Amino acid sequence: MPTLRSKMSNHLFLSVFSLLMLYPVIWWIGASLKKAEELRLPTIWPSVPMWENYSKGWHFSSEYSFAHFFGNTLLMELGNVGGGVLTAALVAYGFGRLQFKLRGFWFSILLLTMMLPGQVTVVPQYILFNKLGWVDSYIPLVLPHFFGGGAFFIFLLVQFIRGIPRDLDEAAKIDGSSVYGIFFRIILPLIKPALVTVAIFTFIWSWDDFFAQVLYISSIDKFTVGLALRMFIDQFDIQWGQLLAMSFLSIMPSVIIFLVAQKYFVEGIATTGLKG
Amino acid sequence: MTAETVAQTPRTEAARVSKRKRKNREETNVAGYLFIAPWLIGFLLLTLWPIAQSFYLSFTEYSLLEAPVWTGTDNYANIFGHDDTFTKSLSVTFAFVLISVPLKLFFSLLVAIALSKNIRGMNVYRTAIYFPSLIGGSIAVAALWRNMFGLDGYINQVLSWFGIQGVGWITNPDTSLGTLILLNAWQFGSTMVIFLAGLKQIPQELYESASVDGAGKFRKFVSITLPMLSPVMFFNLVLGVIGSFQTFTSAFVITKGGPINSTYMYALFLYEKAFKHYQMGYASALAWILLAIVAVLTALNFLASRYWVFYESDGGRAK
Repeated sequence: MPTLRSKMSNHLFLSVFSLLMLYPVIWWIGASLKKAEELRLPTIWPSVPMWENYSKGWHFSSEYSFAHFFGNTLLMELGNVGGGVLTAALVAYGFGRLQFKLRGFWFSILLLTMMLPGQVTVVPQYILFNKLGWVDSYIPLVLPHFFGGGAFFIFLLVQFIRGIPRDLDEAAKIDGSSVYGIFFRIILPLIKPALVTVAIFTFIWSWDDFFAQVLYISSIDKFTVGLALRMFIDQFDIQWGQLLAMSFLSIMPSVIIFLVAQKYFVEGIATTGLKG
Repeated sequence: MTAETVAQTPRTEAARVSKRKRKNREETNVAGYLFIAPWLIGFLLLTLWPIAQSFYLSFTEYSLLEAPVWTGTDNYANIFGHDDTFTKSLSVTFAFVLISVPLKLFFSLLVAIALSKNIRGMNVYRTAIYFPSLIGGSIAVAALWRNMFGLDGYINQVLSWFGIQGVGWITNPDTSLGTLILLNAWQFGSTMVIFLAGLKQIPQELYESASVDGAGKFRKFVSITLPMLSPVMFFNLVLGVIGSFQTFTSAFVITKGGPINSTYMYALFLYEKAFKHYQMGYASALAWILLAIVAVLTALNFLASRYWVFYESDGGRAK
């Protein structure tokens, strides 16, 4: 049994460490309300809160407000999350439950693709999407999510499906269910928690996937929040207060989702690659 | 004909059974491929074909406007022979990987051990520590980092209390890479969570019997925790190396590779060759060199793992 003293030192270490980790974020909240002169201070709360950092930052671009950029990003997310969750479930059921020729081979290939640096495929993919006339549209960003949602998520769901007792399938089979029926009536309802994990991860990662956005989107009216922020950063005279206010707003969707679904989130990562 | 009539009864029975079996097998074959079709099509179209294409392009000169021109091994010869930027960006990236991966592993293990004790408020700590990783790669964090570590940033203000003269962390070539490493290390949450899951799977009996034998804390850590955790450590190491080699956003947004190329990460170099200078062939060759490096390092990791990764009894990890 851990002694009281070791418990206390553990708490001390963890609270100091947590504070150290979170300090930049806490500072960020205050900084988004600060005047330029106060931004170099480590203090949290500004002497006079500048609420106009938010209103001015929101309209920093003369053409579009952040409402437009948030709208664009959410539209992209709708496709990404929908396509990812739907197809990842299908593929994971195939790998997790069905016997077919070369299944092991394809599954190893799937795992291998997780180790492939994205840089190897990005140039030919760009050339392909360019030839199809899809550059500067959301298709190159959204379409890849419809092909199983990514190896990582398929793997996560396969692990989850393998944990579901096979007796359930057998019982359904005796009742006359086909493999398709088993998928819809047994597996799909049971993997809901894992699908939530996939949805959350897809949302947050594609929100942050700056590389793809910068590569494929070039006209301002299609800009995502990330691209809008970059436009802000690249301005000659950066209004730091406004920029920090808008960047802080931009992480809010991820933060809210994280707090609401925290339980799924951390356990979702923990299942990966460990339990077999 | 006659032979068949003789053996009719048992044979047709067997044939019918095997026919049904075969039909069954064919059905699940079809169903299996139907279900994995989305991934399989995507793999062929967006991974396998691009890999082949990229390999071909690496032997050409191609600017997107005209058809690729075959130049043999020129790209590779130029990269290894004449390109100082290549050497620079490779060494920058190696330095980044060599420092940030061990740093991340160390911190995440330390925190995971503290969190693995059953303590009250564990959820709060876990959330706080995971939080920076959640918002990790976003451009918003890059903006925050750029402000904090600017010459006028609050980090310098804090340092001045301790009598340390601040520098422009991001604008000084001596400190710029270190600042990006720090940002990377700050986001150790996912690594930590995986360690945490690994720690929870170590049977408590091992510690109990070690206590009976009079083993101290340190002894238990070295003889039980570390060996039992080594497969997870290995998993984190391999993924960490692969991930760090592809770091892009922070170098692209915070430092733009500078000052004087001190943060010119390999992924950024490749991106600029392809999408700023439109040298698609050259960029493809760079991509293949990256692939080779990552493959060699992963293989080395796997080979080395034989000596330090401990798997329970029957040869393989409990699968």
